[in-house]
Amino acid sequence: MDFFIQLLVNGISIGFLYGLSAMGFVMIYKASSVLNFAHGELLAIGAFLFLALVTWAELPVAAAFILTLAGTFVFGFIVERLFLRPLIGEPLIEIIMLTVGLAAMFKGALLLIWGGNLYTYPDLLPEFLAWNWGVVQVPPVYVSAIFMGIVFLLLFGLFFKYSSQGIYMRSVADNQPAALSLGVHVRRVFALSWAIAALVAGISGIILGLINGINVHELSSIGLKVFPVVILGGLDSISGAIIGGIIIGLLETMTGGYLSPSLRDVIPYIALVAILLVRPYGLFGLVEIERV
Amino acid sequence: MNDKILLQINNIGVVYSDVIQVLKGVSLSVPENRIISLLGSNGAGKSTTLKAISGLLKPENGKVTEGSILYDGTEIHNLPPETITRQGIIQVLEGRQPFKYLTIEENLRVGTATRFGKPYKEDLDLVYAYFPVLVKRRKTLAGYCSGGELQMLVIGRALMAHPKLLLLDEPSLGLAPMVVQEIFRIIRRINEEQETTIVLVEQNANMALQIAHYGYVMENGKIVMEGDAAELRENPDVKEFYLGMGATGIAKSYQDVKAYKRRKRWL
Repeated sequence: MDFFIQLLVNGISIGFLYGLSAMGFVMIYKASSVLNFAHGELLAIGAFLFLALVTWAELPVAAAFILTLAGTFVFGFIVERLFLRPLIGEPLIEIIMLTVGLAAMFKGALLLIWGGNLYTYPDLLPEFLAWNWGVVQVPPVYVSAIFMGIVFLLLFGLFFKYSSQGIYMRSVADNQPAALSLGVHVRRVFALSWAIAALVAGISGIILGLINGINVHELSSIGLKVFPVVILGGLDSISGAIIGGIIIGLLETMTGGYLSPSLRDVIPYIALVAILLVRPYGLFGLVEIERV
Repeated sequence: MNDKILLQINNIGVVYSDVIQVLKGVSLSVPENRIISLLGSNGAGKSTTLKAISGLLKPENGKVTEGSILYDGTEIHNLPPETITRQGIIQVLEGRQPFKYLTIEENLRVGTATRFGKPYKEDLDLVYAYFPVLVKRRKTLAGYCSGGELQMLVIGRALMAHPKLLLLDEPSLGLAPMVVQEIFRIIRRINEEQETTIVLVEQNANMALQIAHYGYVMENGKIVMEGDAAELRENPDVKEFYLGMGATGIAKSYQDVKAYKRRKRWL
């Protein structure tokens, strides 16, 4: 039982991280229908930027964290401006292929600077974050993963539901010609979605780096895991991304704990197929509203 | 018409994808605070004319290749829609085009995009005053509303932007006659109370000429006739081709060969 609860907590916190990074992916997809294959690299960029600020610049953790958030936000903005904006109006497949190219480019740049080695952050999370429930012990990293997941889910939920900018973003995702006719700045919406995506990817990159250490290959391969998560949750649902993330995280840790560690990467995809058979638009994807 | 001209279109040509010429020298002028109606059959170029004004040609790969569009004295053709809408020109697209997954009220809020950050509560009340049916549906997803409600929604959404010039593309499309009448009554009220200049594209010539002050008739990318609305209503050609009456005033029959010959003269 203790083992089960331990796995449960681990699974949920890993799941929150998957969900968080999937959220950025969903954001880009919702605004511009682009599948971003460079998402894993955005994770890695966040993690390495934080590493640089903490170890090289020796900034205090809080300052480094906030600077990383700002940096990844700006980075997303610039990427959109430089690479994606010229392709607006081109066929979607060209834009998606561009993100594949971006992935290779970012990865190459990171390898050039840091190489393929494994780095670790200094011990920077305070002890009081750890939870102790008798036999079940949750290390601070996992607590902060859950905490970040909840905070950002709430923040983005409120942003999209109530703020004008959030509503404009949803309107572009919904009906782009109509949004244009009302003067919604569609290009600004695309840029914002990339900036936010890079930011949340950066956050999950940092926390994953705290858990597993920072390695270019490792972090960018987590970008691939975003696919079962978002397809499970529904490509266009923010809360679906979090819940899809938790399901995949739980399945992974449970399979790893009870069956075999070598199976843990396969089970999520099997579950994915099963769920897609029942709900082809994912668990929380938009059901096409069709008036007859 | 000695009012101030708000919009002046001078002999424009519009080409899609660099090869398909849709407008061939269209000129029209829109005086301030008037309703101008643009009539014509399918494919005559009415919607294209509206899109040329609002800047929505660009996403469809269309371009104004000749002539000019002057709004308030400055050239606006081929500017991006973000710029044009911020000068007070809002187009209501054909076929309603709601944001299906946004609620009615969220749909209306998108209309504030041109003046982001300004208060919009009073505008919401204004729109709900014009379209009371929307009030009880405000929390409903637009995708689940009826055609009539949606047409009111999209006109209301455009009103949220405080337009000086409102371009309406076939607001009567696919609606019940009673609803059409109500919507046209409201369009006239908006014109009178908000002092909004309106360009109205319509197939329903009868309704359109009842509320418009002046009308243009388009065929094959050209203006073929223009005149005061009352004049156009009495014109035998308009009667025959757009109001469904024979030249003599009796309901038209398809067996009438003369209609074809008269029509040919226009092309």
